[in-house]
Amino acid sequence: MNAKVDAVLKPVGTGVGPVQAMIAVFSRDVRVAFRQRQDLLNPLLFFVMVVTLFPLGVSPEVEFLRQSGAGILWVAALLSVLLSLDHLFRHDFDDGTLEQLVLQPQPLFLLVLAKTVAHWMLTGLPLVLLTPILGIMVHLEGNSIAILCLTLLIGTPVLSLIGAIGAALTLGLRSAGVLLSLLIIPLYIPVLIFGTGTVAAASEGASVAGYLALMGAFLVLALTLAPFASAAALRISMSNS
Amino acid sequence: MWQFFHKLGSPKWFYGIATRFMPWLLVAGLMLLLAGLVWGLAFAPKDYLQGNSYRIIFIHVPTAFLAQSMYIMMAAAGVVTLVWRMKLADVFVKAVAPVGLVFTFLSLFTGAVWGKPTWGTWWVWDARLTSMLILLFLYGGVIALDRAINDEKSAARAVAVLVLVGVVNIPIIKYSVEWWNTLHQPATLKLTEKPSMPTEMLVPLLLSIAGLYLLFGWLACLRMKTEILVREQRTRWVKDMIMAGGR
Repeated sequence: MNAKVDAVLKPVGTGVGPVQAMIAVFSRDVRVAFRQRQDLLNPLLFFVMVVTLFPLGVSPEVEFLRQSGAGILWVAALLSVLLSLDHLFRHDFDDGTLEQLVLQPQPLFLLVLAKTVAHWMLTGLPLVLLTPILGIMVHLEGNSIAILCLTLLIGTPVLSLIGAIGAALTLGLRSAGVLLSLLIIPLYIPVLIFGTGTVAAASEGASVAGYLALMGAFLVLALTLAPFASAAALRISMSNS
Repeated sequence: MWQFFHKLGSPKWFYGIATRFMPWLLVAGLMLLLAGLVWGLAFAPKDYLQGNSYRIIFIHVPTAFLAQSMYIMMAAAGVVTLVWRMKLADVFVKAVAPVGLVFTFLSLFTGAVWGKPTWGTWWVWDARLTSMLILLFLYGGVIALDRAINDEKSAARAVAVLVLVGVVNIPIIKYSVEWWNTLHQPATLKLTEKPSMPTEMLVPLLLSIAGLYLLFGWLACLRMKTEILVREQRTRWVKDMIMAGGR
């Protein structure tokens, strides 16, 4: 608890630069997350369980799984990121930390960016690391698994960045969970299309450079614009409560 | 110009102006739309390939056109809400979002009806259709977010942020048929090129688009007036107007 308070209070001094403040916010988020390990595990368990549903619910045949495995893993990853988004600002909102962040002299969008990066490190990255195992379980080939991991590595930060906007907009609302999905899923669709498109192209032996470049473009676009939108949305939600 | 801008911020002034213009919008819109539809459905020549089934273009294209331009208008209004906090811009977004939802649905529905005889299927997962479906979801999200936030001012600004984020989808819809090799045909109308269809088909199409635009203007005014009355119900001018039996 002490460390949490410390990390938040540190940037109050005028001598703290934006980068230092970002590092403080980032390391605080990581530290807090590791003190509530169950919250870290839940999205991963959800990811594994959703993937398990498909062989059991649709068909366990190797042909089917090989063909749709990449899509199943992408959809499952998307859903578990969506599920974890509620935690991005909720706890800080409830205990007042967020209010302090908004009041900091450093630009809010940088602090939000730091929070989003921490969120990705704690949910997106573990999902990518889990993907090879699940990829083998759905009978994907080695090359496809590598490409799938690469697309998820580029794609999950985009999911976190866009999701932060939705999480900020729905902060403090009663039915935030369902509403968040309604707002965010339409924005996730392009990332999903290109993510699975890359794997499909790779399994057909086509070049994936163009697809990967487009996904990189998504990432750069989200990285530059989404923090501003999230910060604006946060201010609106904070003034609301 | 700035005086006009200031006036535009006043719901009362807009209410008066809208009341004066609405009959004109309605009459002109109905006339143009009727002319376009009657001409297009009954008198325009048959398509050499699609026969009579192409005639749904006179409904399909105007609704799709409006569904997209409504979103752009909402985005412009969203900028105005965020920058100048103008009440009317927010009223516009709130009034137009459900209309946009209905028009997007109509364009998807008429597209499906057209697709059945032409492509042999009601629905394909091609780029243009999918991105229009995303537009439908975006409209739904805007309405849902607006309903979920009780405070009027925060709702307005939150919705404005959401609308602006969703604007990314508009160029994707616009260019999807050119970027990807899809089943949906390329744009029928382009500002920069000579139209690809004969004049006898083009004129009724333009007439129905213009008519639907004017009718949309009428509907937007009507819905905005209702919203203004709800919001300003405690003000003097609304009370005076109701007491005087005016509309």
